Amino acid sequence: MKWRYFKYLLVILCFVFACKKSEVIQEKIETFLGFQTPKNFPEPIYRIANNTVTKAGFELGRKLFYDPRLSRNNTISCGSCHIQSSAFTQHGHDVSHGIDDRLGTRNSPPIMNLAWNKAFMWGGGVYDLDLQPIVPITTHEEMDENLENVLNKLKAVPAYREKFKAAFGTEEITTAAFMKALSQFMIMCISSNSKYDKVMRKEGNISFSTTELEGYQLFKDKCGNCHTEPLFTDGEFRNNGLAPSPINDLGLYTATLVNGDKYKFKVPSLRNLKYTAPYMHDGRFLTLDAVFQHYTNEVQVLVNLDPLLNKNGNRGISISNDEKTKLTAFLNTLNDEEFINNKLLAEQ
Amino acid sequence: MKKNLLYFTALVTLLLSACSKKQDPTPNFQEDNLAPLSIEFDNIVGGRTLTFNNTAVPYTNAKGEPFTVSMIQYFISNVKVTTNEGKEYVVKQDSSYFLIKGSDKTTRFAKVKVPEGDYSKLTFILGVDSLRSTMPIDRRTGVLDPATGGSMDNGGMYWGWNSGYIFFRLEGNSNLISDDQKGDPTGKKQFKYHIGFFGGYDVPTLNNIRSVTIDLNNAGIAKVRKDRQSNIHLFVDLMQVFNGKNSFSIKENPNVMFGEFSSKIADNFPQLFTHDHTEN
Repeated sequence: MKWRYFKYLLVILCFVFACKKSEVIQEKIETFLGFQTPKNFPEPIYRIANNTVTKAGFELGRKLFYDPRLSRNNTISCGSCHIQSSAFTQHGHDVSHGIDDRLGTRNSPPIMNLAWNKAFMWGGGVYDLDLQPIVPITTHEEMDENLENVLNKLKAVPAYREKFKAAFGTEEITTAAFMKALSQFMIMCISSNSKYDKVMRKEGNISFSTTELEGYQLFKDKCGNCHTEPLFTDGEFRNNGLAPSPINDLGLYTATLVNGDKYKFKVPSLRNLKYTAPYMHDGRFLTLDAVFQHYTNEVQVLVNLDPLLNKNGNRGISISNDEKTKLTAFLNTLNDEEFINNKLLAEQ
Repeated sequence: MKKNLLYFTALVTLLLSACSKKQDPTPNFQEDNLAPLSIEFDNIVGGRTLTFNNTAVPYTNAKGEPFTVSMIQYFISNVKVTTNEGKEYVVKQDSSYFLIKGSDKTTRFAKVKVPEGDYSKLTFILGVDSLRSTMPIDRRTGVLDPATGGSMDNGGMYWGWNSGYIFFRLEGNSNLISDDQKGDPTGKKQFKYHIGFFGGYDVPTLNNIRSVTIDLNNAGIAKVRKDRQSNIHLFVDLMQVFNGKNSFSIKENPNVMFGEFSSKIADNFPQLFTHDHTEN
């Protein structure tokens, strides 16, 4: 008797599993929608029309992103310093840790919402995402490789030739195709599903708590000029009054040689702060509190200090402890758990 | 008698050459009537031909500094020719980028197609124009492909961290270069001049693109015809990098890449080029 029931149960279970599997497969086919601008985001800056995201192109880009062949001795991939669980930064490293344990001079920035970026790197110099990967590939402290070698290594792998063909119609692995595939993956790294986004899009009755709402008002008043919504950066380069680092990194000036650009760094987005510590271009602040401390008490008057941080002779931003708590509550609504757990963006 | 024969022969030759000239009138200038023209970039150093790493008998600049050359590479682009009548022809952009490499003789020609005609003026850019320097990756093929040349050590001409091309790259050695940070800390006594910068994407930065115009009247105009290969032979005197209007000392400036000083060197560029002759 018992055995009979068990058999039935087994049959039912089989059906359940069968159902589940087909559902998963269906979901996978349906979820690839290409590049879509979130409803609360502006139009992208990246020329999507010149590089339409396809499933094959995106998957090729993802494979390249996680492929250590991009480095001189095949040990470091893009994903080594841009780790998804840390919102594509290198958690716990003030400056990036590259090939042969070499250390860079700047903090690994997030691969996030790059289609809305008009300039790349903490100190600028690169203004086209399709040209950006050349920097880490060729930098001595990062991948220490050259493009020609990378392309030659990829050409030797039959699977890559097939994937390039699927994505771009030809087996030929060119610089342009290589860069465009990487861009397709990178621009798909969109973080737009934080609590903040859902509140803004009025999704499913989600609303800010009182503290978060108060924090939001404070944010708009004290931070929102540079960390503009909805990307939480205005994409500009500014001097936020950090004391010069021991290596005296001059920021944007290094690329432009314009005196007015000294000590200016790219305004980072405040999205996903929970995952992206440490903060600033050289990762000098380990906690959000240290960042508040900087803006309230430690802003240095240097050449090109941003005028917004030196209004009427008042250096920095005044933020009380109570305001700090509220601001922190609001900033925490910018963490996007779906982004760091999105399987589509993970190494397969 | 013999003398007479000589005169006669001379006369006939003269007449013949006059005839052949008459048979070759300047063709009507038609934009689509294209014929081959080449511009030859013949690298020299002062009064001597270019020999790499000739440490036994180095070259000497105006400051009396001995030096040898180990690498010379530069971009030539945006070729334009002008006829006596002032008619201009700009070579199609996509066919107008050349990387001249001193170590590879096959690269010494910039081969273009221009309408049949007699040209007395040649203009080109030393470097890569700002428009092309900001173009999408698909438009950067051939010598403009950032992968071309491999690594910096092998002669790469693309700056990744500061998107743009190195227009002019001259490297070599001088035993006057110090072994400290001001010179060459590796002790190899090497100098490196990597001159780039196209003026920036939106905010203006250094612009080291230099235009070169050469009058061909003195050393021979270019007669471009379909059945011939007209070749404008230029000398490119690397000595002028040091001895040009902004003359400088190798010892004091052994490395110039991203500094303001790069513009001073770029200002010397037009002086590098002289027209030696034209083969028609």
